[in-house]
Parts: sequence; structure tokens; C-alpha cells
Amino acid sequence: MGVMKRMSGILQAKTNKMLDKAEDPRESLDLSYQHLLENLQKVRRSVADVTTAKKRIELQATQLQGQADKLQQQAKDALGQNREDLAREALSRRAALEPQLTELQTQHQQVADQEKKLIATAQNLQVQVDAFRTKKETMKATYTAAEAQTKIGEAVSGISESMGDAGMSVQRAQDKIDSMQARAGAMDELLASGALTDLTNPVDDIQAQLDQVSVSSTVDNELAALKAEIGAGAPAQLGPAEGDAPKGPGGTPA
Amino acid sequence: MIVRILGETQFDVADSNRSVLDDLEHALNTAVEGHDEAAFATALAALIDAVRRAGTPLAPDSFTSSDLVVPFSDSTLDETKALLEEPGGEHP
Repeated sequence: MGVMKRMSGILQAKTNKMLDKAEDPRESLDLSYQHLLENLQKVRRSVADVTTAKKRIELQATQLQGQADKLQQQAKDALGQNREDLAREALSRRAALEPQLTELQTQHQQVADQEKKLIATAQNLQVQVDAFRTKKETMKATYTAAEAQTKIGEAVSGISESMGDAGMSVQRAQDKIDSMQARAGAMDELLASGALTDLTNPVDDIQAQLDQVSVSSTVDNELAALKAEIGAGAPAQLGPAEGDAPKGPGGTPA
Repeated sequence: MIVRILGETQFDVADSNRSVLDDLEHALNTAVEGHDEAAFATALAALIDAVRRAGTPLAPDSFTSSDLVVPFSDSTLDETKALLEEPGGEHP
């Protein structure tokens, strides 16, 4: 037996389990409708979960991109201060972020696909709920017990199959979200610790060194300015040389 | 015949397409049994493409059972194998 027939058998087994409780075919209509409503709720919740997961990935991508941009700017600043070694370090760290960004983009695509499909599933179920509500009452009123057995049976197994499919889709989305959440948690920790930008030091050592360079050049500048100031005004401020100092009346130094 | 693509919708596919679908499904079966990930992805994509091309999508309120069911379009081989082990999917 091929994959398609086996898949069909699995879907049927799921739906039979769902409907075993109903003995009267008319009763199974109400039961199916109830299941359909519950299913719609589940799918809607799942859409909300997927959307949340997608937003979390977007937030992480933004943070990661921010760190990459910062490293790019640090590389520029370092070159401006003739620190090619620092610029090289910043660029190599930026390059190390690329695979993480690519991974997030892939995840984002997957979650967006899931979201799109689940939204379509929810829309289909909504159409089914609306149509089935009317249909089940018509069927109950129209069919004799004997007719109901087959006619209702067909409609019910059709609707149950959709629910089985929707149930599997929700389960699948949930599994994906769970595994993604674990990875997202690890990524959050990495982002928070700063380990992605700085693999050796808890503080941002590139920035520290750049600041250091900039501090020492400021100090140098100020020193030079002070020296210049002192050099220019020195004679006036120091007053007459000691040898020229007027002596006191007693000839003793003051 | 009515074919469902899991996670998507049902299609009404003319019976004249049966042999084409059979061939494509055969490739899928072989990939599953031989645990060939790449062949599985190719075969699944080809099967889904054929169903979409040959079939007419059913309205969601048609309430019809399917004759055949195709795995989710983005299924992995492992996922499909695990699913096939569930009740109702056993080999006869």
C-alpha cells in the first residue's frame, strides 16, 4: 500500500476516534459541529502562537543587525584612528554574526509560511462552521432514519477529515514553535550576554580600546594646549628672576 | 477521485490522471523505504505539483472524504515516516 492510501487511513483512524461516541447518526451531526467549533478555536490559538513566535524572531533579528551595524561603525572609527588591528577584529566579529542572521531569516520564513497556512486553515474551518450549521439542521429535518445513516455518514466523515487535517496542522505548528522557542531562548541569552559581539570578554573590548585611543588623544591635545599656554605666558607670570629681586633694607633676603 | 494535500485543501482529480499519480507515488514510496531524503523531497514536490495542476480545488464546505492523502508540502522524511507509524497507516 502506498503512502497516499496509508495517509488516508491515518486520517480516517483519527476521525473515527473522534466520532465513536455518537450512536445515532443525527447525534453525530451535533457532535461534529461541536468538534468543528473547538477545532476552529484551536487553530485560532495556534495562529496567535505562530504570530508571537514570528515577532520574537523579528525582534532578535533587529537586535542582531544592530550589533552588526555597531561593529561596522567601530571598524570605521578604528581605521580613522589608525588602528587597523582593531578594525580587523571588529570586522571579523561582524562576519561571525552573519550565519546567525541567516539562520534567523530562514526561521522567519518558515514561521511566516506556517502562519499563512494556519490562517488559510482557520478561514476554511470558518466557512465549514457556517455551512455545516445550516446543513446539519436541514439534514436532521429531511432524512429518515434509514437515509440518515448513509447521507449523514458521508457528510460527517467529510467534515471529520477536515478536522483531522486541521488537528494535525495545529500539532505540527506547535511542535515547530516549541523547537524554535528553545533556540530563540538560547539566542536571547547570547544577545543579552553580549557574547555574540565579544566572544572573549564580558565587556565590549573593541569599544573600550577605541575609547582609550580617543581618551589618550584628547589628553595629548590638552597637554599640548597647556604646554603652549605655559610656553607663551611664562616670563610674565613667573615674575622677576631671583637675582634681580630687590634686597631688603638690612640686606637680608626676605 | 478526491485527493487531499495535508495542511492545504482537497482537489478533485480526474481518474485519467491515475497512472501519472501512481508513478509519482511509486517514487515517493521508494524514497521512504530507502530513507533517501533528497529523493523524498523531489518526489513529494512532483506529486504535489501534479495534484495541483491536474486537480480542481474543492470548496471548503463540500464535506467530502478523500480517496488519497498527500503529506504536508514541507514534510521531512523523518516526520512522514513517524506519521506513517500512527494507527491506520500500517502496512496491510
